[in-house]
Amino acid sequence: MKLTSRHLLGLDGMAKEELALILDTAVSFREVLDRPIKKVPPLQGKTVVNLFFESSTRTRISFELAERRLSADVVNFTTAASSVSKGETLKDTARNIEAMKIDMVVIRHAAPGSAHFLTRVVDANVINAGDGTHEHPTQGLLDMYTLREKFGALEGLRVCIVGDITHSRVARSNIYGLTTMGAKVSVCGPATLIPKDIEQLGVKVYHRLDDVIPEVDALNVLRIQLERQKSGLFPSLREYHRFFGVTKEKVSKAPKPITIMHPGPINRDVELSADLADSEHSVILQQVTNGVAIRMAVLYLLGTTN
Amino acid sequence: MKLLLKGGRLVDPVSARDEVVDIHIVDGTIVRIAAGITASTGVKEIDLHGKIVAPGFIDMHVHLREPGYEHKETIETGCASAAAGGFTAVCCMPNTNPAIDDESVARYVHEKGKDVCDGIVDVFPIAAATKGRKGKELSPMAELVQAGAVGFSDDGAPISSPEIMRRALEYSSMYGVPVIQHAEESSMTRDGCMNEGATATRLGMPGIPPIAEELMIARDVILLRYTPKARYHVAHISTRNALDHVRKAKLEGLNVTCEVTPHHFTITEEVVSGFDTNTKMNPPLRTKDDVAAMKEGLRDGTIDVIATDHAPHTIDEKEVEYTTAPFGIVGLETAVGLCLTELVHKKVLTIAQLIQRLSTNPRRLLSLPEIFVKEGAMANITLIDPDVEWTVKTAAFRSKSKNSPFDGFRLKGRAVGIINNGKALFF
Repeated sequence: MKLTSRHLLGLDGMAKEELALILDTAVSFREVLDRPIKKVPPLQGKTVVNLFFESSTRTRISFELAERRLSADVVNFTTAASSVSKGETLKDTARNIEAMKIDMVVIRHAAPGSAHFLTRVVDANVINAGDGTHEHPTQGLLDMYTLREKFGALEGLRVCIVGDITHSRVARSNIYGLTTMGAKVSVCGPATLIPKDIEQLGVKVYHRLDDVIPEVDALNVLRIQLERQKSGLFPSLREYHRFFGVTKEKVSKAPKPITIMHPGPINRDVELSADLADSEHSVILQQVTNGVAIRMAVLYLLGTTN
Repeated sequence: MKLLLKGGRLVDPVSARDEVVDIHIVDGTIVRIAAGITASTGVKEIDLHGKIVAPGFIDMHVHLREPGYEHKETIETGCASAAAGGFTAVCCMPNTNPAIDDESVARYVHEKGKDVCDGIVDVFPIAAATKGRKGKELSPMAELVQAGAVGFSDDGAPISSPEIMRRALEYSSMYGVPVIQHAEESSMTRDGCMNEGATATRLGMPGIPPIAEELMIARDVILLRYTPKARYHVAHISTRNALDHVRKAKLEGLNVTCEVTPHHFTITEEVVSGFDTNTKMNPPLRTKDDVAAMKEGLRDGTIDVIATDHAPHTIDEKEVEYTTAPFGIVGLETAVGLCLTELVHKKVLTIAQLIQRLSTNPRRLLSLPEIFVKEGAMANITLIDPDVEWTVKTAAFRSKSKNSPFDGFRLKGRAVGIINNGKALFF
């Protein structure tokens, strides 16, 4: 069994078997991370470029660690400015870097579809590390991995994603991956931050945490961006915290403990209360560790099969 | 020039004619229409068996980009593209640099059309409705009409202010020239780059809600009711509800007309899934239901005109991230093929009804002289082969730009020649 595509652009449209292959492969890499010597040789001689057009410490470090632990050579290209404002197009930037003979590109970019675009202009394997508000497939996979680790299986698991769904690539990748694996996915957030017709993606929509908390096994809490308030999509952070912030008090009404996830970085006591983030039911740090294993699995599967 | 068009089927909605005849043309004038004319010496005979002879087509919504954006298109390459697509006339939109908002620019564009491509394609400018297309002050409409403008529009941008729109309708009504609205409530479309709905949600793409178009048309209909002598034309209509507003306004007897582009009756938002920027245009591609509504509107006559919104952009401009790519696709060289394939062969329209929407209706609503295919008239003719199957190859376009989502499409039917202003082209 191997992946059908030589790129990882998104979880939308991927088969259940492919997702399971990545998750299963990650299990053995997760074991590697607990060894005293954490380096394995499969990508020796391969060069990976991390092309980051948006600032992201966590995802970039996670990818870089995964690449190094697979013995790849790693080059980082990070720019906060968009390619357009720099005066060079994304196509030119990518082609120039590829001309230096590289094998794989990990791209983070503000525009939806930028990873797809890249596959049309370069020959390297492309891994999407977040394309605007579209997808963040390795985050979706590491969330699925963490849930599977915690609950044993994803089939029938009830997961609610809480927050700004409209602008969340994490939400989308979770929805595609989890629904394909048979989980029951819902979303909860202000009506102005739930995108039109999202029910067609196979999710249930809630606007009150009190309604959703008795119905779920896990909450995946998204970071709320202050600029959404400025563009008129919700009235204030205070109101957001009161009605959509996940707190110990609110989750205490659940019949059994709810597992708490967050893709980070957390706005403590805004979308998630600090005590809950640090509680025994939080798997937020496991997510971070599992992220390295998932990225190793993806890099390994794409980098060694063609 | 002496021509004998042999054995073609003349379909002329203006004179309600539909018959197989021969047409003898001398120096651009039709001298005889009859069956069984034999060619005398020096007459070039064109075999048109199985082909259709129609009054010349006009595309009343194109962007020729000159002056100002000649790297995308020029009046010359735009006219060459129009001719290759079977159009004997085009109306060019004023979003040039400078905008077509004073008589010197209008006259330049109109006259330049006579100097390029042997003058076979007539170029009629649509002038800006407001100075600089800024939506603040009316353009000098009377002078612009004198300089050859046949309509007013700020196309690319809507005329947003209801006060300015009211005054534009009133002022233009003195000259019997329509105000053409790019119907979009801009406060609702900010970063949008595709139709809002299930597909945009799936792709995480900022959406353009259909109601942004519908709201503007609804508002304009209210304004039109208040200024009943004006003529109001909706450019590139694209949603079912927008069309319903036009349908109701027509039933009420208001002077409202509208046009649809071939892409809006052929493809849906789903093609955006591959993030090909040649699927990005404004208004965006809509849903299957909207496409069905466009066909219903064409059939029941709510849609008066088919126009392309030919919007050339270079490969470099389009080969960027989806959200940064400019809106628009070229359309002149695929329009007739798409119309025949999607409308005539699928029995949405008869060939005569199609000709009305590509020739008779647009000329009438722009107050351009009617085309008669009759003895004594100047020949202004488009020749069609309705059955030839061909593959769209954007690389072969005469347009300077190749930004079309239809590359590789198999189409049935196309234009095979045009005759206008004493010139003829066959291809």
